[in-house]
Amino acid sequence: MIPTRLTLVAALAVALILVAIIELIRRHRLQERYALLWIATGMVMLVLAIWRQALDAFSHLIGVAYPPSALFMVAGLFVLVVLLHYSTVLSRLSEQNKTLAQRIALLEEKLRQRERPRRAA
Amino acid sequence: MRKAAVVPAYNEAGSIGAVVAEIRAADPELEVVVVDDGSTDGTAQLARRAGATVLSLPYNLGIGAAVQTGLQYACENGFELAVQIDGDGQHDARELEQLCAPVLAGEADIAVGTRFAGERRYRPSVARRIGIALFAGLVSLIVRQRVTDTTSGFRAMNRRGICLFAADYPHDYPEVEATVLVFRHRLRMVEVPVAMRTRAAGHSSITAFRSLYYMGKVSLALFVGLLRPRPATG
Repeated sequence: MIPTRLTLVAALAVALILVAIIELIRRHRLQERYALLWIATGMVMLVLAIWRQALDAFSHLIGVAYPPSALFMVAGLFVLVVLLHYSTVLSRLSEQNKTLAQRIALLEEKLRQRERPRRAA
Repeated sequence: MRKAAVVPAYNEAGSIGAVVAEIRAADPELEVVVVDDGSTDGTAQLARRAGATVLSLPYNLGIGAAVQTGLQYACENGFELAVQIDGDGQHDARELEQLCAPVLAGEADIAVGTRFAGERRYRPSVARRIGIALFAGLVSLIVRQRVTDTTSGFRAMNRRGICLFAADYPHDYPEVEATVLVFRHRLRMVEVPVAMRTRAAGHSSITAFRSLYYMGKVSLALFVGLLRPRPATG
């Protein structure tokens, strides 16, 4: 089967993103745990872009008349999942950040109380 | 018995000195713990000069986290009683004795100063009154006890209350959720009528736009809270 222009463009875009992800991990700018969802997204997109029959079968299954739309829908869903995942990460980080700031305030006061009598003596 | 007055303050330089002095005058036994929530106007220095213990948060965390920090201090240092008073001079320190009475008598674990009873009744704007009534009704339903003021930040609590909040306290606009938390942990709560003064300085943290966020956030927290399993007692 001759690949259509869309297949080529989609496959190329996904391949570029996958390379970028690998490169970011290699430079320690992206942790593996946060890259996994992106890699999964890229893999699924790549398979659907290249393997046209699979995309056709899938779009038929979910009732999408124009297969490339199904491709974008899958991409959109994956992005939503990644964003939701980031919101949970953000919530955890802000909770940890709050606890850290509170510990600092309490420790500073403890330090101040330790230093005060020494200064008086 | 060690007693603490936790005063959350964010840029309250205009009133914090007077508030600290007033609390100390009302009850010299109270250790005034001002939680400086990342102020940039010298609130911490002024509070310290007025004789308060000051816990300085490195940046603004919001009222909930500020109050919690003060209660963490009280829990860690073995305090038996803590009162929470706003740093803007809205709460009258002379009413502290009345507020603490049910907690000291062992009748309640936490006493909340309510503005909707007693002689000098508080008259907020219509919109705010509707919001307060709505949440008061909702919370009353959830906890199966009549609660009239779920937004009051004027409270007294014993060690159980202190250490419960030190471990678990909502981030922002915390009072409504905190009320439910108290009942879920089977602590006894009473309301004590208090008067409110107009603010000595500064601005209320609740603006028209934020009240939308307030309603949404608190409602969501309440409903999701109902889906959580009950905590173990004790």
